[in-house]
Amino acid sequence: MSTVLGFLRRWSLFLGLVVLWELATRLANDPFFPPPTTILQKIGELWFSGPVSRLFLTDDVYVDILPSLGRVLGGWSIAVVLGVGLGTALGRSRTGMDYVGPLFAFMRAIPPPTLIPVFLVLLSIGTTMKLTTIVFGSVWPILLNTVDGVRSVNATQRDTARSFRTPQRYWITLVVLPAALPKIFAGLRLSLSIALILMVVSEMVGVTDGIGFELIFSQQRFDFPAMWSWIVLLGALGYGLNALLLAVERRMLGWQQTSGATTAKTSGA
Amino acid sequence: MRPVVRNLVGLAAFLVLWEGVARLGLVRQEDLPPASVVLEQTFGLLGNESFLRDVIASVLAWAIALGLAIVIAVPSGLLLGSLPGLRVATRAVVEFLRPIPSVALIPLVILVVGGGPESKIALATYAAVWPILYNAIYAFDEIDPLLIDTARSCGVSRARILASVALPHAAPFVFTGIRMSAAIGLIVVVSVEFIAGAASGIGQFILEATSGAGRMDLVLAGTIVAGLLGYLINEGLERLGRRMFRWHTVSTAEAM
Amino acid sequence: MSTMLNVTGLSHRYGSGENAHVAVNDLTFVVETGELACIVGPSGCGKSTLLRCISGLIEPTGGEVTLHGDRVTGVPEDLAVVFQDYSRSLFPWLTVRQNVEFPLRWKRNLSRAERRERAEEALSWVNLPGVGGKYPWQLSGGMQQRVSIARALARRPALLLMDEPFASVDAQTRFELEDLLRSVQVAHGSTILLVTHDIDESVYLGDRVLVLSKSPARIVADLPVDLPPERDQITTRESKNFVSLRGEVARLLHGGGDAPEQAPTGEPADTTEPSTLA
Repeated sequence: MSTVLGFLRRWSLFLGLVVLWELATRLANDPFFPPPTTILQKIGELWFSGPVSRLFLTDDVYVDILPSLGRVLGGWSIAVVLGVGLGTALGRSRTGMDYVGPLFAFMRAIPPPTLIPVFLVLLSIGTTMKLTTIVFGSVWPILLNTVDGVRSVNATQRDTARSFRTPQRYWITLVVLPAALPKIFAGLRLSLSIALILMVVSEMVGVTDGIGFELIFSQQRFDFPAMWSWIVLLGALGYGLNALLLAVERRMLGWQQTSGATTAKTSGA
Repeated sequence: MRPVVRNLVGLAAFLVLWEGVARLGLVRQEDLPPASVVLEQTFGLLGNESFLRDVIASVLAWAIALGLAIVIAVPSGLLLGSLPGLRVATRAVVEFLRPIPSVALIPLVILVVGGGPESKIALATYAAVWPILYNAIYAFDEIDPLLIDTARSCGVSRARILASVALPHAAPFVFTGIRMSAAIGLIVVVSVEFIAGAASGIGQFILEATSGAGRMDLVLAGTIVAGLLGYLINEGLERLGRRMFRWHTVSTAEAM
Repeated sequence: MSTMLNVTGLSHRYGSGENAHVAVNDLTFVVETGELACIVGPSGCGKSTLLRCISGLIEPTGGEVTLHGDRVTGVPEDLAVVFQDYSRSLFPWLTVRQNVEFPLRWKRNLSRAERRERAEEALSWVNLPGVGGKYPWQLSGGMQQRVSIARALARRPALLLMDEPFASVDAQTRFELEDLLRSVQVAHGSTILLVTHDIDESVYLGDRVLVLSKSPARIVADLPVDLPPERDQITTRESKNFVSLRGEVARLLHGGGDAPEQAPTGEPADTTEPSTLA
């Protein structure tokens, strides 16, 4: 009984709004705003009407969605490796950040889409250009947060490790990185949402596949239910990827006494 | 060496590296013009009236969007933070809306509000609402019950508690959210101008520079100005925050 | 009895020129194998600096430290340190067992199973069996400090250095930990050098008490503690020997007053000592 009540408390407003949306769009009959049921129908038609042999998935899934997903995850993974690696090195160096700190803060403030033309002429249209755009945009929060995190190792922890003659390898993997992890995860979450945005943007510029391309293309064809479907998909992707990352974070930061306060509240209040 | 000197050394090294890559013919100079050329263009642009108009258009759109986001997000955060029941009820809606990348809404917004400055303001506001909202919810939810009890036991009214206890407590957190939103807002404004086109704006300037001959020197000069603006806004807000909240060592996780 | 630790003419100075601050000045003493020696001195007198010099965490600006005959340059292999601030010294992301296993990870010829066994053994020495799976914050302060003692013991150090180890726990826990330390020391014949600002503690715990002067630290006296090896919080503290020794140490520390001073517990002094400037 209490679970039913809990479910109602959590979802009744959401469902109510969806119903309201349905009624309003049916009444208004505006082509820009198709009712949610029409969007759902379109989603089924677009992606889930494929043959049994392909798990009912259509070509769109294989041609557009999966490659896009691959670009986001590929680009973001590169950014993670680069950001955590460089960030650890810079955080441990006493003067490293003095040299590159302002430069990186400036790079972080650049709107990444405006560099797409430069990446385009340098790398030509293709996966490399898209990956470069995603990596350039999403690496900074990871890098700067890692530096911050690495610096959060306190003097007593350093003395303790030194008094045990902790070799470099163990010092980094057992002390420095775990100490930095809460900050790193905050950076990872931010950079994942940036990576998703840049995936869409890089696909809007002169390519012929991917979610971003389909989104623009459906708008240009005036196929508004399809346009809404792609928007819903992007929302779902954003939600799903973030939820996955949060699950990993909860596992890895389970040791935190107050992990509830910092992670759960800032991300899922 | 003083840190400032190291800052400059790092910056100079980057510029020299860039200059070298371009001058040594590792890439075509039309594709990546040398740093000196781009910097010269940047200084030239700063004296160019039509470019300055673009800058003003972008900054104005950014300021309006940030103002709207604050007006929307702070009261909502206050409400959701202090009423757990409402927070649970709206959670599904918020969690559904928040992850939608702002750029995915570009086609929709252009259809609905057209190509005017409203569309970039709308999208930047949408993107800027979330960090403020999250930090505000967190701050109002986290208020030490002891503070409230103390205030209540002294016979302080609800409105006074809000003004004298809740708001000062939440201010540093909300400010952190505003700082993050300011950075995101500017990036979204310039990006939308660049992706969707606009009557004027830094993004529009960059878009024009790419069409036709593909003037990469102008593209990069515009990008540098946009980055510099973002950097200065962030630095300014950070300093302001440190001055305003000296009593508070806020280190909220910069999460969104 | 052989000599474990030999400190000769040890001096340490922070900074140079006019801003120089001499923390430790020309200290000479030895610690015999199997002995529990306490160093007691007023707050801020340079005790922590002295300990950091002996442990090799900082290099003294003058003098020499040898551990079983080998000159100390850098942290020696068979030495362990227990710090005052257990909540910072234990790694919060490692479980209790992983914390105790931490210094054994890079010990050669030690299999995973042996490492685990040693950790469990060390935890049982400090009366903490069965908490290995918990995280440090799930334990009380006293238990946390016992974990860091277990971690130090797991390495089987020739010399155990303790820097105000019980200054951050409440009085009751402090008594328990003092008794625990004595019994562990007696059971294993460990050599321990413990630094404290608490006169009672130094007399109660030590086989010997070294009294330091105000900064810069010099040794004022080296007193053997004439108390039975088995000590008891009530009877020992009431015994004539204890009371007279405590009075003597207090007089030496405060330059003559005959009121035995009640040392404050949990004072935060040593974090502000110049040692943190290093």
